[in-house]
Amino acid sequence: MSADLVIVGAGVVGAAGAYFASLAGLRVVVVERGAIAGGTSSAGEGNLLVSDKEAGPELDLALYSQQVWRDDLAEYAGLWEFEAKGGLVVAGSERSLAALRELSVHQRRSGVEVRDVAQAELRDYEPHLSPELTGAAYYPQDAQVQPMLVVAHLLRLARERGAQVRTHTEVVGFLRDGDRVTGVRTVRGDIPAGAVLNAAGTWAGGVAEFAGVRVPVLPRRGFILVTQPMPPRTIRHKVYAAEYVGDVASSDAALQTSPVVEGTASGTILIGSSRERVGFDRTVSVPAISALAAKAIALFPMLRQVRAMRTYLGFRPYCPDHLPVIGPDPRAPGLWHACGHEGAGIGLSAGTGKLIAHAVTGEKPDLDLTPFAPDRFQDAEEALH
Amino acid sequence: MTSQDASKKFPRLQMAFRGTPIPTEPGQSVGAALVAAGILGWRSTRKGGRPRGLFCGIGVCFDCLITIDGVPDQRACLIPAADGMRLADDAHDEEDDDVRPA
Amino acid sequence: MSGPHDVAVVGAGPAGLAAAVEAAEAGLAVALIDAAGQPGGQYWRHYDETHPRRDDHVGQHGWQTFTGLRERLHALRDTGRIHYLPGHQVWLITRDETGAFTLQMTGVVTRSERSLVARALILCAGGYDRQLPVPGWDLPGVMAAGGVQALVKGHRTLAGKRAVVAGTGPFLLPVATGLARSGATVAAVVEANDTLGWLRDPFGAVSSPAKGGEAVQYAAAMARRRIPYRTRTAVREILGDRRVEGVRVAKVDRDGRPVGPEREIAADLVAFGWGFTPSLELPLMLGVETRKDVDGSLVVVVDGLQRSSVESVYVAGEGTGVGGAALAVDEGRLSALALAASLRPISLRPTSLGPTTASAEIPRLQRRILRARRFAAAMHRTYPVPRAWTEWLSESTLVCRCEEVSYGELHRAHDDLGAEDPRTLKMLARPGMGWCQGRVCGFATAGIAACLSRRETTSEDLRALSTRSFAAPVALGELAELADDMTSGDATEDLM
Repeated sequence: MSADLVIVGAGVVGAAGAYFASLAGLRVVVVERGAIAGGTSSAGEGNLLVSDKEAGPELDLALYSQQVWRDDLAEYAGLWEFEAKGGLVVAGSERSLAALRELSVHQRRSGVEVRDVAQAELRDYEPHLSPELTGAAYYPQDAQVQPMLVVAHLLRLARERGAQVRTHTEVVGFLRDGDRVTGVRTVRGDIPAGAVLNAAGTWAGGVAEFAGVRVPVLPRRGFILVTQPMPPRTIRHKVYAAEYVGDVASSDAALQTSPVVEGTASGTILIGSSRERVGFDRTVSVPAISALAAKAIALFPMLRQVRAMRTYLGFRPYCPDHLPVIGPDPRAPGLWHACGHEGAGIGLSAGTGKLIAHAVTGEKPDLDLTPFAPDRFQDAEEALH
Repeated sequence: MTSQDASKKFPRLQMAFRGTPIPTEPGQSVGAALVAAGILGWRSTRKGGRPRGLFCGIGVCFDCLITIDGVPDQRACLIPAADGMRLADDAHDEEDDDVRPA
Repeated sequence: MSGPHDVAVVGAGPAGLAAAVEAAEAGLAVALIDAAGQPGGQYWRHYDETHPRRDDHVGQHGWQTFTGLRERLHALRDTGRIHYLPGHQVWLITRDETGAFTLQMTGVVTRSERSLVARALILCAGGYDRQLPVPGWDLPGVMAAGGVQALVKGHRTLAGKRAVVAGTGPFLLPVATGLARSGATVAAVVEANDTLGWLRDPFGAVSSPAKGGEAVQYAAAMARRRIPYRTRTAVREILGDRRVEGVRVAKVDRDGRPVGPEREIAADLVAFGWGFTPSLELPLMLGVETRKDVDGSLVVVVDGLQRSSVESVYVAGEGTGVGGAALAVDEGRLSALALAASLRPISLRPTSLGPTTASAEIPRLQRRILRARRFAAAMHRTYPVPRAWTEWLSESTLVCRCEEVSYGELHRAHDDLGAEDPRTLKMLARPGMGWCQGRVCGFATAGIAACLSRRETTSEDLRALSTRSFAAPVALGELAELADDMTSGDATEDLM
């Protein structure tokens, strides 16, 4: 059988692409080498954030994606535990608070809602916050979902619209007609297709290589600690320290940790975040998890007695300029990419899926895809030489 | 308080569970003393509000979590009973200023 | 932080005790870490040693073996050759570039040491009762058979007055007789299998006459105390409102499908055991190779010297296959002798056995282990988990007790959401995500996942539910203390 669109990867970006493409009437086949949501989609907190983004194309995409989550996908919100909990970015010093206020000025101009929170108001937002914090910024648009449920339900909804999902079907190459990509070769046979979307997340670089093109997606490892179940509303918002924004934007390979603390529908508290570039090393790093614990306690002293039940790690799909790769690849016509969303893939997936579906069907996408062009790195590298 | 009953080899010790005296012997666990006193469930589950007490009995299952002297989430099967221990469903049971539904 | 020790032995049950004393007597610097406050493990669990009674050993098997090992442990501890840490639980093991292991520990009540370093590991974490969900199994008064036994042996406490002991396997017998001896009425032992089966495997059965004799003793005790032994029978439902009031049982065929009329038995205690699940957190954390054993449990693959696939990691006892205490002792000794021999040339080794005896002891232990393994396999084939056990479940039966996940929810996660394997099932429906991290429901969830996908359980299914990032919960405050030990390169001191 042939397809209009073959999507490589059943993570959150592939699932969103499958949903919106099948909604647009395309015959979609999703191929996945493992199980659904088996990669980075199951290794994060499920954040839909605008607060951590500086003004620019990623923030534009985040705001667009917010709209898609809240409008296009509104009727399904309950299925994946969508919670518009809001984000609280806290500062530990006057200097840090000033930087936070500065950031929010630019964010407001781009359409982000920000409320300045004075030190005296902090405990109204979060009763257990450390009294030593100097203030915060509150971002009501920040929200949370259970990302594995997002993937599973988006794929289910796509299947109901005729899409096929083939797990344990690894792509081993592309069908070609000259430069053109005309389908995929998998371990379970060939699938001819009008277009192929590379949504392989952190592993997208390898998929691109099958077409002889370079998409520089690298793994950036992160750990999350999961606590014992706590009473409801122990921690009400997504709470993180102001320095997180700087860590996200940095390109340092060494370990960075900045505290991100939030509750979940199941009662556990998730504690992030760490960043380091160590390839696909899956060993638990004591420096990383102990730093996370220490910094979370600095925000919420009551966490000292709370027990961690487990930790998990994931590999963010990271591009050198911290922007995702979204759009057609002029170097291999027929091949499209939607990958490299780094740590923001859950939040950005809905928007990305809708944009891609529009673009593949020949409609003008709601957002200009130029900043996300797959061949932008080549230009930059040539300019360097 | 200890009883000086000569027929007993060990002094009887006593804990309190929601105000009920729970007699115990040195070397017994908190969970064993509760079960011996006929109390099989001392915790309610988060979703279904189902009663829970000892299940695996050896520290594996965490069904028997209990608050001991204000410290929540102790495994009753592992903690040795001691004279004067105050046992409760959760840390808030004993706080006057925190009223929550039973 | 203490060390580096030549070897860290984890667990002070039959395997770990034997391994620790043997290794120390062979001249190695040994650390012995055990979650319990006193040695013996689950098998030789006994009352608080500071308040002993003359009859504490009644009902114990191999008690002299235990007291012998304990005396040697105390002597070696007193001379500083074993660094013994009771009441400590290892929650993480990491390895550095030199190959040395760092063990992070938490205290069950309090902790005297945070971490220690060792050049080799002998992991002897034992196991616990395997469970199958059945309607009503979360009612207070339903307990693991081993837990009931632990209350009797370790706490001189009866968990009920009228008990039903149910599941499968020879372990149900000592639990029943132990309860009866302590004054409880045992209304029935409900055994899913037909116990004549093991006679059909004469090769296995005759390989351990001592074990066979033990079974005869239990049978005699059962008869003496008039305990009804109902074979080919299974508990279909636990009855009761806020606590157990009885069980509904039915005759079953060899696959566990109900065939006969049902009957109710009044009881205030139900003790369940479906064999044992080895505790594999630590070996799995280190990446050892595993396999599915005859009894369906995930176990560590070891060679003839108890070596796992990971260098310097030895495993002994239930972790290599459920086989009982005598086998565990032999495996513990063998692992210690093999490790000592690998670290020092045999002829130079200052051991109590002397070089010649030690080199003869290894093949002797190997022969005994082989024989005991054959017997264990025969037992496992006699007392299998019934193939059709998932047919006992109703939509509302809880599978995961911690997160209160029902069979129906697992069913829907599979049918509607495409959860084809245990890991995906876990992510979408949350079995195994609560306090116990799948220790109780892991075997059942793996079985259900396989059954929903119409295939046999594989070792990958079991591994997905047995692998845990932390081997025990740890307070964030304790975790944070480790950050003080680190020289970290991050510059994020802006915050506080």
